[in-house]
Amino acid sequence: MTELAIKTEELSRDFGSIRALESLSIQVPAGSVFGFLGPNGAGKTTTIRLLLGLLEPTRGHAQVLGHDIEHHANEIRIQCGALLEHNGIYERLSAENNLEFYGRVWRIPASVRQARIRELLTNLELWERRKEPVSKWSRGMKQKLAMARALFHRPKLLFLDEPTAGLDPAAAARLRDDLEKLVEFEGVTVFMNTHNLAEAERLCQQIGIIRRGELVGYGSPNDLRAQAGNPQLTITGKDFSSQVLLELRARPEVGSIEKQNNRLTIQLEEIVETAPLVSMLVSAGAQVEEVIKTQSSLEEVFLTLINENEESVEEFDVN
Amino acid sequence: MLTDITTIIWKETREFITLRPGLRGGWTGLLIIIAVFGILFPLQSGRDWLSAPTTVLMWAWLPFILVNSVVADSFAGERERNTLETLLASRLSDRAILIGKISSAIAYGWGISLIGVVVGLVTVNISQWGGEFLFFPPLICLAIITSSFLVAWLAAGLGVMVSLKAASVRQAQQTLSVAFLLLFVPLLLLPLLPNNLQVAAQNALGSINFQSVIIIASIIILLIDLGLLMVAFRRFNRSQLVITGN
Repeated sequence: MTELAIKTEELSRDFGSIRALESLSIQVPAGSVFGFLGPNGAGKTTTIRLLLGLLEPTRGHAQVLGHDIEHHANEIRIQCGALLEHNGIYERLSAENNLEFYGRVWRIPASVRQARIRELLTNLELWERRKEPVSKWSRGMKQKLAMARALFHRPKLLFLDEPTAGLDPAAAARLRDDLEKLVEFEGVTVFMNTHNLAEAERLCQQIGIIRRGELVGYGSPNDLRAQAGNPQLTITGKDFSSQVLLELRARPEVGSIEKQNNRLTIQLEEIVETAPLVSMLVSAGAQVEEVIKTQSSLEEVFLTLINENEESVEEFDVN
Repeated sequence: MLTDITTIIWKETREFITLRPGLRGGWTGLLIIIAVFGILFPLQSGRDWLSAPTTVLMWAWLPFILVNSVVADSFAGERERNTLETLLASRLSDRAILIGKISSAIAYGWGISLIGVVVGLVTVNISQWGGEFLFFPPLICLAIITSSFLVAWLAAGLGVMVSLKAASVRQAQQTLSVAFLLLFVPLLLLPLLPNNLQVAAQNALGSINFQSVIIIASIIILLIDLGLLMVAFRRFNRSQLVITGN
């Protein structure tokens, strides 16, 4: 059985009359990267706050690293790292003092602290500027430092709340590279809030899509693509006879067929290899010039799920 | 818990030092305060600086000002600069954070005041040297040490209350300045009274038992300090801070 880092059951949180999170039930396996997607105000940050024990749920339960969030929040925080909505860096202090402080917070012995500061700042190419007040740094550098701080005590679980938000594309790409390396190197489970779909597609093994506090999509990127619509095959050629079309329709993987001039559009029932279908067409006498297989992108999945029952979605980033 | 409190004090101390960077702020500002209270006033007052009961009032006033200057930054500033939530997401308990921050502010105000007292003592001895070491009468000495500590604590307690409600550091500092005026300005207005009232006031002050006044005032301030601390323990609560901080 897969060990779970996070398990929530009907987790809900209200702020007065506003329902910020509604019956969230997810499971995040240990060692995986989980992406939580949704527009601003969807409930992503509230979820992280609940999982870290910073807020109490109105209803439902959750376990993080085997601990109940309501009764053992401190045990959870001891084993977790967090880069929250704001980076939490003390800008008047140097990078070295920022990490030194959090090293002391996590009660890491002095000699280990020093070695760890050097290791992390060197890996993130910040070592040379470790003595400067962080206020002089770029936003990207501060985010890197915040990442180093979150990983400083080698947490089992890392919470990241939109880690690349507000960064320029180059800085965001560098931070993603660093994150990928650090996650691989440190072997942590990651729960990442983002509205950057490319980031989620690249880093996450599992994705949850949330809208107005409700989970509207959940699974691996491939599962989600399948939820939003099966692949489609467009074949251009000649001699698509009635007999050929009948044979195609008889195949279980074929959902529907539409013929228009020299083009066949086939809706597939599932994600399958297309070579046998093309081979069958050719054997039946059809002449095939071009085959194009298309599948919904994560962006399309996201838009489909978010826009269901809602015409407008504001402020999300599809880069 | 003690390790966590000292960790917070370690961080706060570094933040205080960098609060007003540059020649005009930071260390220079502190040196000016010590020069005024530890050199200028003792030179003007001479031996009276050691024995006059008003000395106690001055050393109770100074830590209030000093603590006020840092406590709003420590609490409201942490929230305003968006560093509070990350701190709350760490393994530190609410109480360790609160006590660490209050202790840092008290240590700052009380510590600098005591440095001023020692500098003043040296100044009086140098300027009034007559072959023997001059020192405070024991009651005055005890009163200075106790009252400056209790007033620093009072300022820190008030600072926490105000900062937890204030929208910004500036607002917290403005509110604390008003509190300061309410507490101390009546004393500063004493010289502006008509002569006959001043004489009456001086006679009244001269007739009171200094020891009793110090003890009663200390007990009252201590009770207020403890009350403020209890309220702060209740209000400095993770869930509440996360909700109000965002």
